[in-house]
Amino acid sequence: MIFLELFWSFFQIGLFSIGGGYAAMPLIQNQVVDIHPWLSMAQFADIMAIAEMTPGPIAINAATFVGIRVAGLAGAVVATVGCVVPSCGIVMALAYVYHRFRGLSVVQGILAAMRPAMVAMIGSAGLSLLIMAVYGQRNLPDDPLSFDGVAVAIFLAAFFVLRRWKPNPIWVMAGSGALGVILYAIL
Amino acid sequence: MKRDKDVYARLFLSTFKLSACTFGGGYVIIPLMRKRFVEDLHWIDEQEMLNLTAIAQSSPGPIAVNASILVGYQVAGAAGALLTVLGTVLPPLVIISIVSLFYQAFRDNAIANMALAGMLCGVAAVVLDVVVNMARSVFRQKRLLPLLIMAASFVALRFFSVNILLIILACALIGAADTWVRGRKGAGT
Repeated sequence: MIFLELFWSFFQIGLFSIGGGYAAMPLIQNQVVDIHPWLSMAQFADIMAIAEMTPGPIAINAATFVGIRVAGLAGAVVATVGCVVPSCGIVMALAYVYHRFRGLSVVQGILAAMRPAMVAMIGSAGLSLLIMAVYGQRNLPDDPLSFDGVAVAIFLAAFFVLRRWKPNPIWVMAGSGALGVILYAIL
Repeated sequence: MKRDKDVYARLFLSTFKLSACTFGGGYVIIPLMRKRFVEDLHWIDEQEMLNLTAIAQSSPGPIAVNASILVGYQVAGAAGALLTVLGTVLPPLVIISIVSLFYQAFRDNAIANMALAGMLCGVAAVVLDVVVNMARSVFRQKRLLPLLIMAASFVALRFFSVNILLIILACALIGAADTWVRGRKGAGT
């Protein structure tokens, strides 16, 4: 049953993404590209670009987009609800627990051990996106020199601007898009 | 009763507006929520907001959703939390639904394709920029365990395609064990 599958997939995404949108990204990819044939890697990469350009949490944006594609507006609602339900339960329970046992070193220890794994997860997802941008496919090709020079140039420029001036990412995204149109049209 | 209705309406409208105008997820929406609920409305005090932020960031799920649940619950109980979640979720639901209607036409357009290809490079840069900052804070702890966890998770994910959920659960166990060992060491000395 497609609605149950959507609900369960996004329930897991909501349940296991700790630390915001970038942490949700690899989980979303895992669920909608690897486990279920709902999106291709190229479509997933499009969603990440669209999610960055539109307001709202990335996970909710992805839930809506995937839900609509797979099962229409009802699918979008089901996926979004699935994504939010774990938060509703856990956050309310945690708020209660937090007020009672503020310090709770075990909880802090567990979170401290999860954080480096999150960094690795997000790093791996970022690498997948970069490979997609530069080679147009999911995995490194046999010939690593067959990269898209324009894409590499845009990536390096965007990365440099981010490190150097720390602008709002929305401007970097818009700039990269504009640069893409200009460079690909000329070359 | 009239006042209660007023509170509910303002809770919903405040989170709806914040969610509709916030680009970039949780790290952007939390400062804006603080401004609205602490400075403008005085419904939550500064210290409380910091506590709520910590819970929102360390709980599963989108940070913006978590923060809105906490704020709604704090101000008006479970009903308040339900309203703020609705307010936070509705704008992206509507906007993305509309975008997805045009996605196919958009995808077949040559110029849109060039822009998307460029934006993908931008997304990769934005994500890797975040990763560099986070990795740096792991190195700054100057402890071996977090570095080992980071390296092992990366290898497991990248080269062995281990399920992410398994990695998270393993880390939770390691964290609990680490706390227990350090607690015993602390008690012993």
